[in-house]
Amino acid sequence: MSFPLLTVTAAVPAVGAIATAAVPAARRTAAKWLALAASLLTLVLAAVVLVRFDPGGDRYQLTESHAWISDFGVRYELGVDGIGAVLMALTALLIPFVILAGWHDPDAAEERAASDRRWRPTQGFFALILAVEAMVIISFLATDVFLFYIFFEAMLIPLYFLIGGFGDRAHSQGEEEGSRQRSYAAVKFLLYNLAGGLIMLAAVIGLYAVTADQLGEGTFSLQAIADARAAGELDMATNTERLLFLGFFFAFAIKAPLWPLHTWLPNAMGESTAPVAVLITAVVDKVGTFAMLRFCLGLFPGASEWATPVVIVLALVSIIYGALLAVGQRDIKRLIAYASISHFGFIVLGVFAMTSQGHSGATLYMVNHGISTAVLMLVAGFLISRRGSRLIADYGGVQKVAPVLAGTFLVGGLATLSLPGLAPFVSEFLVLVGTFSRYPAAGVVATVAIVLAALYVLVLYQRTMTGEVKDSVKHMPDLRPRELAVVTPLIALLILLGVFPKPLTEIVNPAVEHTLSDVEKHDPAPDVEAAK
Amino acid sequence: MSTNSLHSLWTTAAEEPGAIPTPHIEYAELSPTLIVIGAALIGIVIEAFVPRKHRYTAQLLVAVTALASAFAAVVGLAVSGRGSGESKIAAMGAIAVDGPALFLQGTILLVGLISALIFAERRLDPVAHGKQVDSFAAQAAAAPGGEAEREAVRAGYTTTEVYPLVLFAIGGMLVFPAANDLLTLFIALEVFSFPLYVMCALARRNRLMSQEAAVKYFLLGAFSSAFMLFGVALLYGYSGAIDYAGIARVISGTEPTTNATLAQTTGNDALLLIGAAMVLLGMLFKVGAVPFHMWTPDVYQGAPTPVTGFMAAATKVAAFGALLRLLYVVLPGLRWDWEPVMWGVAILTMLGGAVLALTQTDIKRLLAYSSVAHAGFILAGVIATSEDGVSSVLFYLAAYSFVTLGAFAVVTLVRDAGGEATHLSKWAGLGRRSPLVAAVFAVFLLAFAGIPLTSGFTGKFAVFKAAAESGAGALVVVGVVSSAIAAFFYIRVIVLMFFQEPKADGPSVAVPSLLTTAAIGVGVAVTVVLGVAPQYFLDLAGQAGVFVR
Repeated sequence: MSFPLLTVTAAVPAVGAIATAAVPAARRTAAKWLALAASLLTLVLAAVVLVRFDPGGDRYQLTESHAWISDFGVRYELGVDGIGAVLMALTALLIPFVILAGWHDPDAAEERAASDRRWRPTQGFFALILAVEAMVIISFLATDVFLFYIFFEAMLIPLYFLIGGFGDRAHSQGEEEGSRQRSYAAVKFLLYNLAGGLIMLAAVIGLYAVTADQLGEGTFSLQAIADARAAGELDMATNTERLLFLGFFFAFAIKAPLWPLHTWLPNAMGESTAPVAVLITAVVDKVGTFAMLRFCLGLFPGASEWATPVVIVLALVSIIYGALLAVGQRDIKRLIAYASISHFGFIVLGVFAMTSQGHSGATLYMVNHGISTAVLMLVAGFLISRRGSRLIADYGGVQKVAPVLAGTFLVGGLATLSLPGLAPFVSEFLVLVGTFSRYPAAGVVATVAIVLAALYVLVLYQRTMTGEVKDSVKHMPDLRPRELAVVTPLIALLILLGVFPKPLTEIVNPAVEHTLSDVEKHDPAPDVEAAK
Repeated sequence: MSTNSLHSLWTTAAEEPGAIPTPHIEYAELSPTLIVIGAALIGIVIEAFVPRKHRYTAQLLVAVTALASAFAAVVGLAVSGRGSGESKIAAMGAIAVDGPALFLQGTILLVGLISALIFAERRLDPVAHGKQVDSFAAQAAAAPGGEAEREAVRAGYTTTEVYPLVLFAIGGMLVFPAANDLLTLFIALEVFSFPLYVMCALARRNRLMSQEAAVKYFLLGAFSSAFMLFGVALLYGYSGAIDYAGIARVISGTEPTTNATLAQTTGNDALLLIGAAMVLLGMLFKVGAVPFHMWTPDVYQGAPTPVTGFMAAATKVAAFGALLRLLYVVLPGLRWDWEPVMWGVAILTMLGGAVLALTQTDIKRLLAYSSVAHAGFILAGVIATSEDGVSSVLFYLAAYSFVTLGAFAVVTLVRDAGGEATHLSKWAGLGRRSPLVAAVFAVFLLAFAGIPLTSGFTGKFAVFKAAAESGAGALVVVGVVSSAIAAFFYIRVIVLMFFQEPKADGPSVAVPSLLTTAAIGVGVAVTVVLGVAPQYFLDLAGQAGVFVR
């Protein structure tokens, strides 16, 4: 048996979470460093996985397979393909920055708990972040539907506590109201996602019933299902396949989130601290779009094709609606949340365009959106922590007092509007090209959102950073070394991947070919006659 | 015995004196029940002759020893193959010794063992006049608030009778799922119900509420028993038999009739349908299925919390076991008639329990309605009518029992000046006050909600899988919808505990002795193990999925 690299990669943050939680109350700082160390070790392991991954090799590599619950046909099966590899790397990359950016986040909770030594918010905060990381990594690596489902659902619990238990120090409507809204956001987040997960559970059980019926023994293994389909042993009835697809898609559309199931995201991102908001939108939500690519398309190709027109329309609505609402927001964090909804629309569009550019674009988009949102949101978080307000109207002229903060905020904003030269441009361009080649009309509509993106980003920058220096920001300090250490590497990465995306595309492209062959789609040939 | 297969343990009594044969009893096969009932009798003797100050120790010792050795006897029977290949019908057709019976008996005994530990907890209530006391009334017969009660409290009395009572109840519960004829079934029902009625009335605090709960439980229980007994009579009229196999033979038509005196009524379908419906009604009352669930919230709330925990776990196990045997052994020929009815009951129970729980403000009532919803989920597995269905129900029952026991044990710890603080508003900020207790309770709530990596999820998956495979996809959809509704109120409690500021006059968490700590610890361990590595226990339930006929 070879070294179980994937298991270890997922286990390191899990063990780190337990260790962090166990640190005594008085040693708060030690808990922070321990969490950071665990996340960095995970990053190293993720890098090893990327290096060991051979883009030209098998579809799933570094596989591990053990019997787990044989009564349910469940196996502990891990394997990494190109898409899972880059997303796992993204997760491992962002978590150290999330931890570093959230270094002082639990302080407010710590003050409130000052009287009670048994309550340890700091340890809890960092342990929960690591727990989410472990579960997200397993979700990207699982090649057994049931295994994926378990962690897809279980990660809701630590996230729920992160959203509900830790908020910004100051709330515009007072401490009491802040706590009430936090708890509302946490419950809304949990109920939306739990409802999606339970609908998916019905479909997971349905999948078992279908495989048990046709193969004689129920299975959740992606490989086994693909093999059976190739051998002609598994042939789902059209209606069954569509129902199962809907069950899965519903859960992923909530997680992604896709209009009209998106309403939990602005609440959750608005009320949680900036690092937790990054964790939600840049890391956890990617599991939703990733799962559409791997499970919806991989398991139910026929139904995916059947649903494509509707999904594309939903994606377009998300893109335009999210962008329009972002333009109208008065709250910085909610603005970024709506911008993310617009971007998730692009990702879903790329996934369901079913072209190789669309799929590569969607995968790159997940990575780039993760990094660019992280920069924008974390800098916004630094800004908010200085002034104690999330409202755009409370700021003005920041670039004169804190030029570095304003500069990094601008770079994050420009990445969000997909400025050429920064990484998101590459992926947005690929998604649009991929969409145009199959659905020109959808491509045209999506392109409109680029204009809207410019509007919401630049207006945000103009109102907060330029103009007269407001009294409230007069003595605002610029970015501290810790904050610079968070932002600088991420910005460097944005530029690097913007001018040289090849290492990523090389890993992703073979996996995209596999997914396309699952759905039996080929890129539309360029129509030379029509061009003449 | 040779001439007529109808004769059983019960009907031989109707023969002429000279013709009564010596009953043939397989003592080894019946040993678990015999040990428990024997210990209960010893307990009564202790109550009569042992000085008061030694009774607590003696009773606890006898109860724990009996339950542990009865469990060992069950394991012994299972190991010797009674659970799978060599299952048999013992005591002249009265008792079935097969996989489901042994699995359920084992579960009931473990539940009883842990309950006995929770019963024996004496650290929680404040010391009364220099004596440590438990959750039970000083003297049950003393009128609440009267002079006699004050005197009993001053003397530091405790109701040690609760141990023989619980042993009798467990004895009845052991027979209930194993009963192989309708009279044994009925007698087992009464044997375990009566001690429960009494135990409900024994609360030390809020005695009037406790007595009210007992009376409600008794009246409604007596009604349902009467219905059931009438159903038994009708089924006898229909088939001329009271043993399960005999009735099943008449239903399936392989044996037209046997008893000349019943020739006029035998085979009358009206008798069969009404009789079967009435017997089922008695069972559904005990499991707390909608629309026979009305007693659960009041009784769960009024009974002493350790008793509530025992009742919620063990009664459900015993009653579902008997229900399974009835549907699978006696009434499979009637499947097309009972299936639509049970579908309706299952859907009503799942949705009803979940929706009604939404508005509850008392933690014990909330758990009562949640137990109704869980009864609905289990019914979905019962309806599957397959071997998978049986084993999934067995697994669910085992998983659910330990979560329930643990949850109620935690409820006993949260106290203020008036005893247990069960109103939900008092639980605000508990996570801040005692993170560990709140976290443990959160684990139980998450298991109730069926979150992956807990036993609740495995159980839910098992029953829904069995239901889906038998073509009851619609039930699964209703099931997940009610799970989503149910999740809302479990989460609400977690929100209360962790995200709300503690109140200044809020309850404190009592530090329990080793007894309750052990009980809660076992609950958490089982919840996690059955969630993470359930295969061994699924195998166990899988092997136990076949009824002897």
